[in-house]
Amino acid sequence: MSACEIGTELPPSPLAQSVGLPKSPEGDPVFAEPWNAQAFAMTVHLHQKGVFTWSEWAAALSGEVHGDGRAEDGSDYFDCWVAALCGLIIEKGIADDEMIIGLQESWQRAAEATPHGKPIELSNDPMR
Amino acid sequence: MHDDDHHHHGDHDHGHGHNHAHGHGHDHHHDNRYTDMQARVKALETVLTEKGLLDPAAIDAIVETYETKVGPRNGAHVVAKAWSDPDFSDWLKRDATAAIASLGYTGRQGEHMRAVFNTPDTHNLVVCTLCSCYPWAVLGLPPVWYKAPAYRSRAVIDPRGVLAEFGVTLPEDKKIRVWDSTAELRYLVIPERPEGTEGLDEAALAALVSRDAMIGTAIASTTVARAAE
Repeated sequence: MSACEIGTELPPSPLAQSVGLPKSPEGDPVFAEPWNAQAFAMTVHLHQKGVFTWSEWAAALSGEVHGDGRAEDGSDYFDCWVAALCGLIIEKGIADDEMIIGLQESWQRAAEATPHGKPIELSNDPMR
Repeated sequence: MHDDDHHHHGDHDHGHGHNHAHGHGHDHHHDNRYTDMQARVKALETVLTEKGLLDPAAIDAIVETYETKVGPRNGAHVVAKAWSDPDFSDWLKRDATAAIASLGYTGRQGEHMRAVFNTPDTHNLVVCTLCSCYPWAVLGLPPVWYKAPAYRSRAVIDPRGVLAEFGVTLPEDKKIRVWDSTAELRYLVIPERPEGTEGLDEAALAALVSRDAMIGTAIASTTVARAAE
């Protein structure tokens, strides 16, 4: 079973050098919660696929991190990260705001409708 | 320790909005909730997958590659302190949430911790039938096998068999307790302190504690120096 742990080594992504990204003493990104890691990984993946360039990403993230109403202590860093990713996805015409919000609400209803112990699936949303 | 959790949750928790990060109800059929950010990330994942821009396996691989090494090290610190400081150990038994928070490790969703101590008679094993219940603050991100249906179902039905697959063979008469995590309560296994480590300080002790030992799928040992990887 523990053999499952061995993953494929990927080259380090330049996104790991994003400004303000929380890092361990070894320089690896640190995630407080799984969704942080998911958001990070999706961004790395889209960048590797060429959906956007590093400079586009850096500009989007920087805009969010320096936006109004952000926490002084950086505790909402990954909120900024997700906002930047959303912005780029919309800018690239992959999805629009309405679609993302709709899916977000759908996932929340799906989570609430899923009993503990069962995997949360989007199809569990009673309104779908 | 359980009493504390119940007191804390009380009735004021009921009826909170489902978007609130600290709004986990105590009621067990309602403990699946996504915060706005969790749901938004799921939404993006759905959009990108539908557009063929995302391969979930690739995402898992990236997460694994960048999986923080810090998390399990936090847990190892807790364990090493419990081994070397009887007062701390006692506190950990009574109120793990507070004892762990005193070292600076706090779950951001306000989840409670319970430390389960391995003894010569009892081995503890942690599982969650739902993959999101894991003590992030002390162990970082869960390993892939922890989230796999095979582990989730078999850990309860056949813990001894699962342990054997991890290379852990326990004496026949040793009891195995399996703890099923919930959104409100997460478990940290405090392994038995290995023999012959009397002279070691906290840092050296922490290096003997692997992530798996704190889930219960390994034991702490002087020969397993893979430390808090």
